[in-house]
Amino acid sequence: MTDEKPALRLENIVKTFPGVRALDDVSFAVMPGEVHALMGENGAGKSTLMKVLGGILQPNEGRIFIEEESTIMTTPLDAKAKGVVFIHQELSLADELSVAENIFLGELPRKSFGRVDWGKLYEQTDAILKTLNVGFNARTRVGDLSIANQQMVEIARALTVDPRAVIFDEPTASLTDAEKVVLFDVIADLKSRGVGIVYISHRMEEIFKITDRISVLRDGQYRGTLETAKTDEDEVTQLMIGRSLDLSRNEEHREHGEVALEVRGLSCGDLYRDVSFKVHRGEVVGFYGLVGAGRTEIAETIFGLRDPSEGQILLDGQELRIHSPVDAIRHGISLVPEDRKGQGLVLGMNCRDNMTLPQVDDLTAGPFVSDGAEIAIFDQYRDKLDIRTPGWRQTVGNLSGGNQQKIVIGKWLSMHPNVLIVDEPTRGIDVGSKSEIHNLIRDLAGQGYAVIVISSEMPEVLHVSDRIVAMYHGRIMREFSAEEVTEDSLIQAISGIESEKVA
Amino acid sequence: MAALTTKNIGGFLARQGIIVAFVLFMIGFALANDRFITMDNIFGVIRSSAILGVMALGVTFVVIGGNLDLSVGSMMSFSTIVVLDLHDKLGPALGIPAMYGMTLALGAFIGFLVGYLKLNSLIVTLGMLSAIHGLTLTYSGGKNMDIADKEGTWFGIFGQGSILGVPVPILIFALLAVVLSMVLAKTPFGRKVYAVGGNGMAATFSGVPRARVVFMTYLISAFCVATAGLIQASRSLGSQNTVGQGMELEVLAAVILGGASLLGGSGTVFKTVIGVLILGFIQNGLLLVGLEFYVQYVVTWVIIILAVWLDIAAKRGRLLSPIA
Ligand SMILES: Nc1ncnc2c1ncn2[C@@H]1O[C@H](COP(=O)(O)OP(=O)(O)OP(=O)(O)O)[C@@H](O)[C@H]1O
Ligand SMILES: [Mg+2]
Repeated sequence: MTDEKPALRLENIVKTFPGVRALDDVSFAVMPGEVHALMGENGAGKSTLMKVLGGILQPNEGRIFIEEESTIMTTPLDAKAKGVVFIHQELSLADELSVAENIFLGELPRKSFGRVDWGKLYEQTDAILKTLNVGFNARTRVGDLSIANQQMVEIARALTVDPRAVIFDEPTASLTDAEKVVLFDVIADLKSRGVGIVYISHRMEEIFKITDRISVLRDGQYRGTLETAKTDEDEVTQLMIGRSLDLSRNEEHREHGEVALEVRGLSCGDLYRDVSFKVHRGEVVGFYGLVGAGRTEIAETIFGLRDPSEGQILLDGQELRIHSPVDAIRHGISLVPEDRKGQGLVLGMNCRDNMTLPQVDDLTAGPFVSDGAEIAIFDQYRDKLDIRTPGWRQTVGNLSGGNQQKIVIGKWLSMHPNVLIVDEPTRGIDVGSKSEIHNLIRDLAGQGYAVIVISSEMPEVLHVSDRIVAMYHGRIMREFSAEEVTEDSLIQAISGIESEKVA
Repeated sequence: MAALTTKNIGGFLARQGIIVAFVLFMIGFALANDRFITMDNIFGVIRSSAILGVMALGVTFVVIGGNLDLSVGSMMSFSTIVVLDLHDKLGPALGIPAMYGMTLALGAFIGFLVGYLKLNSLIVTLGMLSAIHGLTLTYSGGKNMDIADKEGTWFGIFGQGSILGVPVPILIFALLAVVLSMVLAKTPFGRKVYAVGGNGMAATFSGVPRARVVFMTYLISAFCVATAGLIQASRSLGSQNTVGQGMELEVLAAVILGGASLLGGSGTVFKTVIGVLILGFIQNGLLLVGLEFYVQYVVTWVIIILAVWLDIAAKRGRLLSPIA
């Protein structure tokens, strides 16, 4: 490998934004046929570095080489033409268009007079989709797809050209295990064709499963490169955040208080049926299941975003009538939604205003919003969650993905809810902050809050939950206590295997 | 390096383009006509912009909330005609509040359709533009409306009076601008308007009552229109059915010129005031240079296009860009 020319090389890249030195003299190279992980904390500069490579951002200083030839990437299409394809952290698809149109956007196959050759378009698209093994086709409207499937469309886009290098920026953040397997197959295939791959992720298991080398960024600076086979999680973590972490299962046993939230026989159309469960004060209940198992829909119902067709929701033994989030918030229910960009944040607004939005009515001095009260809340949660931003005035859309997620979490924690529901709380969050958020969730429960954690990550569910509810196709299959649960029994429960045995 | 500087100039122009263009315009006009930069003329421009300005203040709320209001022109005609009629029938002291009530009812109706029924604001307000025009004609029977006793009424103060040498329309405009600026920038309601326009879904998920906020923006817009109608009626003590015709576009031009995005979520009252003044001075300058007033229609359109382009360019940080 050492004699080969790198597929891609970045030299002494500097990139600054107002108030932020996002990249400080970073050099980085990817060999052909190599899967190269890029790791670092939230805001370390990973996405920025890749945007420079993908022609989305222009560096202040530094040079880019493709097969050792110096080049400039002027635009994403230019980069694509030079063989560099970028699969984004934040989805960038046109909801109203079909899958095929999105995949070939800007490059639709043509007939005479510039008419789009729809037959060819759908044919080519379906051929690509087949290799990805997905459950939708070329004509599906992208807006109708789940986030996971949209991610697959994004990936399919990369496969329309014969790339030299493909950049994956947190591709698995919203994929199911089955979809991950498909993705890893795609990566293996690209790799065997000699394509250089940059793989950004915060998930250690994946990094150790599929990458050859790991480069680490910290605060915009290059920290070193490790051979994956010769290192371990601890060494990588040390390099990333300068300390080690404890990622064990939840072993502590605590006494719980009264039942805070109770759901009885709740149904909502075909989304979920006959769901009953209780959450006590001081307890964390994990909801585990595949994407589409109905967990998010239950959360949305409790938060007043959907009306159930049957059943009751009780808080402290009183039946609640919740028809909107306003009602839910009044009863002390908070929801950290799964889609931070669509549901969690007003991207054009600043950090502070986003964080205080649900309680802005209460942060007043006379008729006006009190600057001081708002800033106090922001500062408190910035420190608690270690949010990296030059200040509260920064537009949220300019924060790194993980830091955006932390703003959403801060927004709902600062409401001091009775019942806190978090849906995929650590999506896109680095290992250090992840364990901090897990600790925070445990602490909140310790203070008497009732917490529901919806997650598709088994280690997360195992780590934070006192009790785990396993869902499959809109039904609760089984409940486990933290002591009795095993990975195998959990996997069986959420894939419906157990139900077939019983039936 | 050379490429870098041109890009920087482009970026600067993109961000500050409106101001730069405005300054160039002012210098050009001042050179072309020495009456342009005189106290009289400047005061005149502000006074004649006041009606448009008052309307633009309200539309700013609607636009930041992510919607459009194309009905303000014909609604202003309605207010003007109604207040003139009621002046004689009920007397000004009762007629004015009654007119406000009727105009607010129209605003509430639009707000209900757009906010609660979630109908597209372009369609709704475009429809209301002509519906309200019909309503005005029905009300007036198609005739011009005049106050019978023009000498014996105090009704003229809103349009013609002045306090300490400052014309009342300017005072009303300034007062309303200050109050609404505070409402938008400092109150929880203002914050919610930005949130709803910036990302309605996220606002809903944050417990912001989106429908009510949108409804309120249309009420504010209607209140401003009623005030504009009051000034208009008071200024001439008589009016045609079509006084406000076409003003919706000028109002929108001023709001966008000030930098509010048509996509919602951005803009300020202060910027809108700047937009109103820019528009006023440009139109005045064109007249002074000797162009016919109807040239203004074309110019207004050009300004809208320019403003929208610069709005997009500012987001990209350069004037021309291959990526959207
Ligand atoms: N357009 C921008 N304007 C201002 N600051 C920016 C902009 N884009 C990125 N930044 C800042 O640059 C830094 C690096 O951001 P980047 O998105 O590269 O982080 P990251 O390593 O990808 O983090 P994450 O793991 O959270 O995705 C952050 O501090 C971010 O706030
Ligand atoms: Mg990133």
